[in-house]
Amino acid sequence: MKAFQKIYTRIDNITKATVTLTARGVGNDELATVGGKLAQVVKIDGGAVTLQVFAGTEGIATDAEVAFHGAPPALRVSDDLAGRFFNAYGQPLEGGEPVDGELREIGGPAVNPYRRKQPSELIATGIAGIDLNNTIVTGQKIPFFADSDQPYNEVMGMVALRAKADKIILGGMGMTNDDFLFYKHLFENAGALDHIVSFINTTEDPPVERLLIPDMALTAAEYFAVDKGEKVLVLLTDMTTYADALAIVSNRMDQIPSKDSMPGSLYSDLARIYEKAVQLPSGGSITIIAVTTLSGGDITHAVPDNTGYITEGQLFLRHDTDTGKVIVDPFRSLSRLKQLVIGKKTREDHPQVMNAAIRLYADAANAKTKLENGFDLTDYDERTLEFAREYSEKLLSIDVNIDIDTMLDTAWRLFAKYFTVSEVAIKQELVDKYWAGE
Amino acid sequence: MTKGEVQGIISNMVTVRVDGPVAQNEICYVRAEGVDLMAEVIKVVGERAYIQVYDSTRGLRTGDRVEFAGHMLEVELAPGLLSRIYDGLQNDLVAMEGLFIERGMRTAPLDYEMLWEFEPLAAAGDTVSAGSWLGRVREQWIDHKIMMPFMMAGRYEVRSVAPEGSYKITDTIAVVADAEGREHNITMVQRWPVKMPIRAYVDKPRPSRIMETGVRPIDTFNPLAEGGTGFIPGPFGAGKTVLQHAISKQADADIIVFVACGERANEVVEIFTDFPKLDDPRTGHKLMDRTTIICNTSNMPVAAREASVYTGMTIGEYYRSMGLKVLVLADSTSRWAQALREMSNRLEELPGQDAFPMDLSATISNFYARAGLVRLENGETGSVTFLGTVSPAGGNLKEPVTESTKKAARCFYALSQARADSKRYPAIDPLDSYSKYLEYPEVVEYLDRRVEQDWASMVNRSKTIVRRGKEANDQINILGDDGVPLEYHERFWKSELIDFVILQQDAFDKTDANTPFVRQRYMLNLVLGICDRPYEFSGFEQCATFFKTLINTLRQMNYSEWESERFAEYRKEVDDFINEL
Repeated sequence: MKAFQKIYTRIDNITKATVTLTARGVGNDELATVGGKLAQVVKIDGGAVTLQVFAGTEGIATDAEVAFHGAPPALRVSDDLAGRFFNAYGQPLEGGEPVDGELREIGGPAVNPYRRKQPSELIATGIAGIDLNNTIVTGQKIPFFADSDQPYNEVMGMVALRAKADKIILGGMGMTNDDFLFYKHLFENAGALDHIVSFINTTEDPPVERLLIPDMALTAAEYFAVDKGEKVLVLLTDMTTYADALAIVSNRMDQIPSKDSMPGSLYSDLARIYEKAVQLPSGGSITIIAVTTLSGGDITHAVPDNTGYITEGQLFLRHDTDTGKVIVDPFRSLSRLKQLVIGKKTREDHPQVMNAAIRLYADAANAKTKLENGFDLTDYDERTLEFAREYSEKLLSIDVNIDIDTMLDTAWRLFAKYFTVSEVAIKQELVDKYWAGE
Repeated sequence: MTKGEVQGIISNMVTVRVDGPVAQNEICYVRAEGVDLMAEVIKVVGERAYIQVYDSTRGLRTGDRVEFAGHMLEVELAPGLLSRIYDGLQNDLVAMEGLFIERGMRTAPLDYEMLWEFEPLAAAGDTVSAGSWLGRVREQWIDHKIMMPFMMAGRYEVRSVAPEGSYKITDTIAVVADAEGREHNITMVQRWPVKMPIRAYVDKPRPSRIMETGVRPIDTFNPLAEGGTGFIPGPFGAGKTVLQHAISKQADADIIVFVACGERANEVVEIFTDFPKLDDPRTGHKLMDRTTIICNTSNMPVAAREASVYTGMTIGEYYRSMGLKVLVLADSTSRWAQALREMSNRLEELPGQDAFPMDLSATISNFYARAGLVRLENGETGSVTFLGTVSPAGGNLKEPVTESTKKAARCFYALSQARADSKRYPAIDPLDSYSKYLEYPEVVEYLDRRVEQDWASMVNRSKTIVRRGKEANDQINILGDDGVPLEYHERFWKSELIDFVILQQDAFDKTDANTPFVRQRYMLNLVLGICDRPYEFSGFEQCATFFKTLINTLRQMNYSEWESERFAEYRKEVDDFINEL
């Protein structure tokens, strides 16, 4: 902190999250310290400056010292970030020396869309529910929509390790300490710690601090992707707790809430984060895989709803009762960017095989409904049910780890085993080439 | 000019104390940390002007200087707008240096040095008014008319027109005199405030022609009129963007203005990447040659999102005044409405439903009303067809933006979650969607001539088959396959036949993606012919197998090139199969 800084000692108003005082020459978004706690300018009205205190205003007195830093929140970036764990302010957790490097403002400007490159590099995860049905590419942003009891952290960790990224940046918001330790051990055991940077806000930390996590993580990501030309994978978990923190602040600022008590700017607030995902012409890229927890599977809630409009698809996990396995739901999951690689970077039959398998799986779901309603099943219905069971076990289940050609071959084998060519309804040229029957 | 200084800041809304007159919607520049940030006046209370800043207000301080520009947000109109990629404020994104869009960065919208081959259309002594054609230049392959500036009210006499030759857009190409004899120099470039419609036309007749898109569920089932309006609401993942991209590639328009408004950057990148490579099937020129992109993605400043749709519409109206067929597409108008909401909220206005401003419906209606077919002073016609997407919160079509748009637009293409889930793309619901143009006698007549006699009634017959099929399917689901008469299965499968062969279309297949009207006519006739035949099936399984096989072959026809050998073979296969029954 600079010595010539002016210190204020008269706070006029205090709410649970904000303080207001009379101050001059203060910049919008600037950081300040209020009674030893970090705060940020969120509103200026003439001489009255309102600060949002990240850690909450508990114990702050009207005569607390307020010192303005003269700059918005920033992060020191250098290669030394790798392998380290930080809090929401970018300070090292568990002690350790602070990172030395260039100081960069977080939440910087948007990439000129014209300077982006079309994503075209596939990220192979070995999970058929992703690679076959919802292929992910570098520069994409995609969340898991999951109920809290689903193993999304495990799946995300698995995807991260298999993705062959140069750097993995973990942004944990409102993470339980147990989950934090899970990630830490997972990365340690994989011997991957040296290319992982983590920014962690746990449930023990003040909720409003979380608002800094995505920007911190993405500033680090931009450093590695833009300056170093690396492939960076950013994991953000859980974005619903981020949105909850936004709602708290907006509420304290007396803003009129829109749907589900969320601020009216929720879409823009989330888009600002997710749109940092980018494929750069230099080869560097930022891919974002996030988690949005749902309440009772409701995707019409403002948070998943706005997220769905921003991200390039979404992945749903489901417990398949027929096989007892966790699968990536083929109906509700979607990767919008898969069209850029399937059948182009992967085998030519990929798009049609994917669609045919899902259509037959849907027929099985209908047959199942018929069965549950006590109707007789046709021979075709019976076969779809058999197919669905095997498709779920051999392909959809998240514990399968195979390459994409093997996934396609497996699908053709299942088609031939249960169906006729006309039932599968794939372009004749492909049938001629790949049909696995005699 | 009026000046002011910053008094208050909440996010991108800034209050300014002004020292002189200011106008509502006037543009001003806030000087922050050495850069000028563009802003617009949205409210005035006494000496305080409330402005929305088209940029990040980070670091802005009280006392920072503001200069008012004396005009509203304007765009520059001249040859050279095509193939460009602008942001919502008409900055040329291609000319912008650096990877990031730094704050306050501005670039010129046009090339002022480039020479154009000018050819006069007016002569000394002619009487002209706003919008009159004075001459023309060739822009790409478009006949770009140089017009009397739209701002110039009243009648003028042409004193001289420049002879044929090469000129810059800023060169004087004509001199005109007003009623008092004062002379005005006319150049090829003019400015226009985006929030005002360009009215340089005689009247707006009802649309009577169809804007062909090559998308079967639109052209056949619910056609969009040339000069008409339509909108596509749909939950995320239902395929709004894929559908709109298909239309932008295939539509039978001279000019496409694509407004990417508050949506994903990667989707715009797809257009940048594809359009310069793809050919316009009608002219053989590159698609990019006829396209202007206005791009304000979701992470770009929110206030400029609102400007982007107006900028796009103004460019559309400019080309319409040249007698051209323009299609303006906006993805998504909900993002624009949300930008209005954010600002209304900061202004502490009393909120309407879902916290949207009370005048949302009026704002949307006014905007859609700018589209239309117009008759120009010289008897030619031009049109702006507008198609917007709407992203309803939670996929609920009862939300304010969808409801307001429904009042304004004449075509409604409802994308259904259920269809998207079962991968029936494009997921346009055949029963909920409508085109009011099918009720216009002039459109029905046009279809009689353009497609075939009684086409509209054939379309209605197909819709009835689909509706009856859906009812039959509901009964089958309740009562079971055996619990309903066999006829119900037949009805259901006939509707599936229309669904799979006509309504579903593979946007990623080169051939199937774009179906010309002649082909749509052929297939609908073929499918209706199959539906009209009497059948005697032995049971519902035979019925299902029969139609499934038929659907498979007919889909192969859709995938085959029009009138190719393969196409004919499949056709024969269909006939043989039916005759065998």
